[in-house]
Amino acid sequence: MSSMVDTRSPAIKSRDDLTALRDSVKSRRSTYKYTAYVCGGAGCVSSRCDEIVKALTKAVEDGGLDRDVRIVVTGCIGLCAQGPCMIVGSREAGDKGDVFYGFLTPEKVAVIAETHLKGGKIAEELCYQDPDTGRRLPYTKDIGFFSQQVKIALRNCGRIDFADIEDYIANDGYAALGKVLFDMGREKTVQELIDSGLRGRGGAGFPTGVKWQSGMNAPGSQKYIICNADEGDPGAFMDRSVLEGDPHSVIEALCIGGYVIGANRGFVYVRAEYPLAVDRLTAALEQARQRGLLGENILGADFSFDIEIRIGAGAFVCGEETALMNSVEGKRGEPRQKPPFPFQVGLWGAPSIINNVETLANVPAIINKGAEWFASYGVGKSRGTKVFALAGDIINTGIIEIPMGMTLRNIVFTMGGGMKDGKAFKAIQSGGPSGGCLTADHLDVSVDYESLAAMGAIMGSGGLIAMDEDTCLVDTARYFMEFVQDESCGHCVPCRNGTKRMLELLLKITSGRGALEDIDELSELAAVVNQTAMCQLGQTAPNPVLTTLRYFKDEYLSHVVDKKCPARICRALAVYAIDPGRCTGCTACARKCPVGAITGEVKKPHVIDTEKCIKCGVCKDTCKFDAVNC
Amino acid sequence: MSTTQQHEAGGAVHCTGTEEELEKRVRQLAASYKGKEGSLIQVLHMVQSVYGYLPLHIQQIVAEELELPLSTVSGVVSFYSFFATKPRGRHTIRVCMGTACYVRGGVSIVEALEKQLGIQAGGTTEDGVFTFEIARCIGSCGLAPAMTIDDTVYPEVKAADLPEILEPWYGN
Repeated sequence: MSSMVDTRSPAIKSRDDLTALRDSVKSRRSTYKYTAYVCGGAGCVSSRCDEIVKALTKAVEDGGLDRDVRIVVTGCIGLCAQGPCMIVGSREAGDKGDVFYGFLTPEKVAVIAETHLKGGKIAEELCYQDPDTGRRLPYTKDIGFFSQQVKIALRNCGRIDFADIEDYIANDGYAALGKVLFDMGREKTVQELIDSGLRGRGGAGFPTGVKWQSGMNAPGSQKYIICNADEGDPGAFMDRSVLEGDPHSVIEALCIGGYVIGANRGFVYVRAEYPLAVDRLTAALEQARQRGLLGENILGADFSFDIEIRIGAGAFVCGEETALMNSVEGKRGEPRQKPPFPFQVGLWGAPSIINNVETLANVPAIINKGAEWFASYGVGKSRGTKVFALAGDIINTGIIEIPMGMTLRNIVFTMGGGMKDGKAFKAIQSGGPSGGCLTADHLDVSVDYESLAAMGAIMGSGGLIAMDEDTCLVDTARYFMEFVQDESCGHCVPCRNGTKRMLELLLKITSGRGALEDIDELSELAAVVNQTAMCQLGQTAPNPVLTTLRYFKDEYLSHVVDKKCPARICRALAVYAIDPGRCTGCTACARKCPVGAITGEVKKPHVIDTEKCIKCGVCKDTCKFDAVNC
Repeated sequence: MSTTQQHEAGGAVHCTGTEEELEKRVRQLAASYKGKEGSLIQVLHMVQSVYGYLPLHIQQIVAEELELPLSTVSGVVSFYSFFATKPRGRHTIRVCMGTACYVRGGVSIVEALEKQLGIQAGGTTEDGVFTFEIARCIGSCGLAPAMTIDDTVYPEVKAADLPEILEPWYGN
């Protein structure tokens, strides 16, 4: 975060320059006894990690530890729930001995510096506490959240200084570009990607190597490669973590892709909601240009390439590739008819290849380590790993990368640490507004493209939201429908009108006015919108409704037949009542009730007149004795 | 495009100056992008950071300088939620209503803010300090419910914390 670009840093003109720089940076780094990786991910920034860095820097200086301890502000470590956090790596112990410290404060940092960094003894009382046993687990290898991860796309997140290109190079950065330019060439690179089984991580799962092959074979002197960083699914922040924590991996992959397909210009389309990602990517691009890793004759090869950032302006539909291209062109982000596909007629009519951030981040690792190594992870047609954003009513919220094929149960309970506040697990939402809600019955299913699709959900971009017993799934379906209805660009009728009608039906049901035929109509409309909408946004919009209808039909029936919301979320269906055993007769609720529906004598239990009650909930919010039920 | 300008895309920072000065700056800014393909959205981001919002006469200036029909400029402005055609407050509050924040109680934050600011989501306070909006997802799902004021992210917000969160923003 703090390291400025050294203006004296020489350009890297050849592969030998790159190797020499890598070795010299590595040897410089090897003198430190400890490396403290302080998380500078967006989550920890909002938890004020800057104060932690300041405190640690001071403690290291005051303790005379400058030569022993290297402080690195790094990308997302993953465990957002415990931010601000850091990992202490030690030269002697290697990777196995990484120690995790969460919930940091400047005071705790001073203790860690004194005990661990100076004294060589782990400050165990400040280490991760197992939510089940209460035991302190200092090492990441013993913490479920970390131990089951395999980091390929996130290999550098939490391990390098995102603001320093030399740190990236020291970790074999830009070596894959050199290998492609001088050893492999276009055809072999494409074949390597095809063999690796890498598929698009943005949701659609199209084989990346095949896509690049199409781009390579497409006729045309002007071609483009685009990175889709318009991560719009609510609940997804994987791409954000990669861009903020390891921007050079995306830049390097775009260079490789540009070379393979024959493009000399690349674009990264980032959503406007991610200013930090834009800043860090901008800085990384400047460094890459300064070192000659972008520009003319990269690494001395007959290849010139540069990248521009395009910032979105708040439109969910722009995550759809053809809408995104319109937006890069500065137009309204409405989707285009496919075919022709982008590799045929893309940006400004030229053949264009669009890849998601996470997909690209995998590419340099595959080139360096080989297709076989990558394909050794995963199951069936889903090879490699997938990054997921864990959020919702789960203890360990954050970012994880796991080999495909792991079960949802493992993700939720071992890595996620289970549900918050001892509540019961009810559902997990995968894939955002295009995905679906799965139940406890699905916890043992393998997480891969095919298995999730078979259940009506999708892998999507990787957002996983765990929901506890207090969640109303009909309300959740309404939430998603409201989202897509609002974000529908209005271009085609099925999406524009269909989602509107579906939302109206859901509102009718959640407000207690629903009838049984509304449920049938909802299913029918869902099928029509799915089959006739123009782009993916519209086609997948009914998924949350379809999956909740399939797995939580009882809940719909409760709303429609019994006029009850079992989770007590839908306010219009609530019946407010005062528990006479708890009510102290303080009169607070009666004074606050806007319609005078509450009566009773002072110091005696009060009563709510359900005829008058407008279900505003003020009484429940006002009561200090938890006596109002609904 | 400089980093500062890009950074302002997310916030409500805008310049001060007389109407004439601001219009002149808008004109110069737009003119410097003339003929650069596909720059309309990026120009509008920058113009909004200069003028604060994008009323019709400002869209007209952009259209003239980029030699685009006004309908094209207006079509883009109305398509994207980040572009405002009405004056905005000095600061923009965005309460996240992404799935994680919704599940973790984002609604209560919206309701409490509506009460405290005396405006509905989408509105601007009478004193011109805050514009209050709902955000789709700001990607702070691990720390839900979250909200932002300009570019500052507030994690795990509770309704009771709001007065303390808003207080420092009134002064600047």
